[in-house]
Amino acid sequence: MDQTADTPDTPLVRMSGIVKRFGSTTVLDGIDLDVARGEVVTLIGPSGAGKSTLLRCINGLERIDEGSIEVGGDLLRYDESHLNDIRARIGMVFQAFNLFPHMTAAENIAVAQREVLGRSRGEALERSRQLLDRVGLAHKERAYPDNLSGGQQQRVAIARALAMDPALMLFDEPTSALDPELVGEVLQVMRDLAQEGMTMVAVTHEMRFAREAADRVVLLADGGIAEQGPPQQVLERPGSERGRSFLRELDQH
Amino acid sequence: MRFVELLVEYAPFFLEATWVTLSLTAVSLAMAMVAGAGVAALAMGRIRPLRWLATAYVGLVRGTPLITQIFIIYFGLAYVVTLPAFWAGAIALAFHNSAYIAEIIRSGFLSVPTGLTEAARSLGMSRLKALRRVQAPLALRTMLPVLGNQYIIAVKDSSLVAFIGMTELFRTSQNMAASTYQPLIAYTVVALFYLAIVLVLTVVVNGLEHRLSRHRRPATA
Repeated sequence: MDQTADTPDTPLVRMSGIVKRFGSTTVLDGIDLDVARGEVVTLIGPSGAGKSTLLRCINGLERIDEGSIEVGGDLLRYDESHLNDIRARIGMVFQAFNLFPHMTAAENIAVAQREVLGRSRGEALERSRQLLDRVGLAHKERAYPDNLSGGQQQRVAIARALAMDPALMLFDEPTSALDPELVGEVLQVMRDLAQEGMTMVAVTHEMRFAREAADRVVLLADGGIAEQGPPQQVLERPGSERGRSFLRELDQH
Repeated sequence: MRFVELLVEYAPFFLEATWVTLSLTAVSLAMAMVAGAGVAALAMGRIRPLRWLATAYVGLVRGTPLITQIFIIYFGLAYVVTLPAFWAGAIALAFHNSAYIAEIIRSGFLSVPTGLTEAARSLGMSRLKALRRVQAPLALRTMLPVLGNQYIIAVKDSSLVAFIGMTELFRTSQNMAASTYQPLIAYTVVALFYLAIVLVLTVVVNGLEHRLSRHRRPATA
């Protein structure tokens, strides 16, 4: 393995010189970003800035063209078994929830525990119930996704990711597809997770979440990091022109 | 009544022929499913020349009449190997159905949202596990009604092997028409036999469909 020194002080995620192109468009142009253990980082920025792409590079859903990514000291490579190994340690929550429609809530949470972690049926179910309880959906164990609200689906999706006992959670605009009145319940689960010390990287348009729960806000624009720092700084007194113009646009909404 | 008398007289022949039609269709569809899955896999695969090959195969099979395919395979294979009519017919029907089934399988997999596959992969599932637990079960649910439709067509299309001398249902009705001089009765009888087979098949497919669509029904708790 490509083990480098992996001590509690080394960042959990270390991205250096990330370049990502789609055809002739360069979406990410040499990004360096570290995420410390227990840190909550939110990625913000105008649409098309590459926030989601950067997030998806971390677990290899997108392949980078240049640069390197280390997760927990392991250099990310694109061979199948290594990718599966890395991904099992990184939870991901999608904008569209992406629950498996043919499985109940409990089965959604159990399937990868069984297939990837090799847990027994009983163990997996036990853990699924525990996690459903934690996201406030203990009574929905046997419900199929089609019979759940968007907010409930997203909470099941978070539970599904947590069932793998990940070292890191990635959130890709987790509340963007939700009706406004359902956003709160999902953000609450995310805030609780942050409080418990989970390392998180979240692409979000929820500035309140960024302000209240993030340790660091990273503003992406034009394929690079325009500005980063504590939320108070980036969201209230941005130092860059890009930052100021992004905030002005947010205010207009 | 003449109709009833004839029906009783010919019933044993029709029952035996039903068995021939059913086994012929079943064997050919089993082969067609395997071949169709293979062609669909190539068509969706990453190797470009094989994708072309799969597309060409589907185009060729769909572009020519089944009766022509049956004759080409029956007479063509006769140069290489002497096949019983049953196997020549089964191979021709399998060849024909495999192209349609390949397209049905392909469309089934295309209907599975990429996000679901990504979700499975993001949990650390291998390509194969994602295929087995997420893509295939969901694709099957989309494919089932269309596959059922194709199976029904296959049952009826199997009548064309009568023309290479196989005594299946249709051939039996031709024999009956010839020896009784009652073509209307003979062909009505055989139509009823096909109808009965198709109805049974429809019930089976609908039952399967119902079982596999539990997740689409509102909760009944």
